[in-house]
Amino acid sequence: MDFRKSMTNIGTIFQKELRSYFNSAVAYVVIVVFLAIVGWFHANALFLANTASLRLMFELVPIVFLFIVPAITMRLLSEEKKSGTIELLTTKPLIDVEIVLGKFLAAWALIGVTLLLTLVYYFTIAALGDIDNGPVVGGYFGLLLMAGVYVAIGVLASSLTDNQVIAFIVGFVFVFLFFMLDKVLLYVPEGLTSIIEFLSVDYHFSNIARGVVDSRDVLYFLSLLGFTLYLSVLSLERRKW
Amino acid sequence: MAITVRNLTKYYGQERAIDNISFDVKTGEIVGFLGPNGAGKTTTMKIITCYMPPSAGTVEVDGYNIADHSLEVRRKIGYLPELNPLYLDMNVVEYLEYAARLHGIDKATLKRQLASMIEVCGLKEVRHKDIGELSKGYKQRVGLAQAMIHDPEVLILDEPTSGLDPNQIVEIRNLIRQLGRAKTVVLSTHILSEVQATCDRVVIVNEGAIVADGTPGQLQQEFRGSELIVIELKAQVANPMVDIFPKLQALSNIESVEYGGGENGAHRFSLFAAKGSDIREEVFRQAVQERWVLLELTRKATSLEEVFHKLTKV
Repeated sequence: MDFRKSMTNIGTIFQKELRSYFNSAVAYVVIVVFLAIVGWFHANALFLANTASLRLMFELVPIVFLFIVPAITMRLLSEEKKSGTIELLTTKPLIDVEIVLGKFLAAWALIGVTLLLTLVYYFTIAALGDIDNGPVVGGYFGLLLMAGVYVAIGVLASSLTDNQVIAFIVGFVFVFLFFMLDKVLLYVPEGLTSIIEFLSVDYHFSNIARGVVDSRDVLYFLSLLGFTLYLSVLSLERRKW
Repeated sequence: MAITVRNLTKYYGQERAIDNISFDVKTGEIVGFLGPNGAGKTTTMKIITCYMPPSAGTVEVDGYNIADHSLEVRRKIGYLPELNPLYLDMNVVEYLEYAARLHGIDKATLKRQLASMIEVCGLKEVRHKDIGELSKGYKQRVGLAQAMIHDPEVLILDEPTSGLDPNQIVEIRNLIRQLGRAKTVVLSTHILSEVQATCDRVVIVNEGAIVADGTPGQLQQEFRGSELIVIELKAQVANPMVDIFPKLQALSNIESVEYGGGENGAHRFSLFAAKGSDIREEVFRQAVQERWVLLELTRKATSLEEVFHKLTKV
């Protein structure tokens, strides 16, 4: 595999997908909805709790991700399958990994842009009071990693079907599952709790969001992300079976 | 840039789509892949373009095997899939640039190729329009431009004229012939006149197997049945079935005669003669001898259409 060529190919697909988000209304709807929801709760917290922190935002965003991320990713591969353009794409001199990575990075970048815009809230708070920067940096870093995992799950869901609605629902269910894992620990047999907790996205996110970036947590996100993308590549190769 | 297909077989589950197909396409040839729907044309093309692997058999494009050198093969091929899928939300230039960049074309070549494709395919007026807004004929041109943007040596076109109106069909055909001059082209179709109009060679497939392979002329020759001569003659006779019919039947090489009706003393007959024989002269002499007035004497050639029907009917 020629690394430089691969980067070029991934870049080409990345650009095309990102442009397609911004050419259609998708990107703007996502950004506006995201900022509106987060802004509303953020403002409430700011004035009611009277504290200078983004803690509430970091609790809220993972919930918004549950809906927003599958909505962003649902069309990535399923639309190509439906319209037949997947045949164009896969008969170009590309390898399937490049297709999956390009699309994954484009959706991840859109989330990244959206998160970047929430910095407005950070600056308003920073202007008003003393803010502890550690948890803020950790929080954003954690959100980005979490989004990465969610986007990867969404890409996988999109690769399974040519129907966008099914892709959305499957994506949502799996993302929701990883989100809920550490919230059902009470109902889990005792021997399993630590395993279930370790698998939970929120558990690792809250570790990082405290401002302590542990390599184990980062490794958790990256390996889950990598594994899911690997499954997506396998799923895309199903046409060859 | 030859294509070699050897013993290609493809199963979809239990169903066999193509069965032990072998053929060659020589460099610079335009080959028509002809067959009824579901004959295995599209499956074969999907295998050649590396969209999916065969169940058995091999394909080589310019000596590169599709299984071991998939990327090299795909680099050499320009492909227009069935139904011409396109990104409807991109505009023409964006789309062609995207296709070119996926082929790894450098910037200078891209610019030159883009301009030349827009020129050749007549896309100038619509180049900044979204593809979704274009008419079917323009969409087809965009599909062709996409397939040729990297100046491939091999073109694989799956039903390039399907769904177009007669004028557009002529346009696209001319385009293919013009562009195909320097390339190896395989195009599939179920329209016979298309093959006659564009192709050097025809491969007829039916139910997953090749049933004929040759130039349109060769096939007409090879699959010709009996010679058919249609005559119309004028004669003052009481009953043509008694007075004319037996005399025609008595001619040498005649296999059968059919009476096609008549009015005002003119009668039509169809004469079927042995393959390869020419009975026109004899028919003429007979008419002179009997003092029939010969109004019409026509030899009907076997059309490719008849060959096709003969080979592909169930």
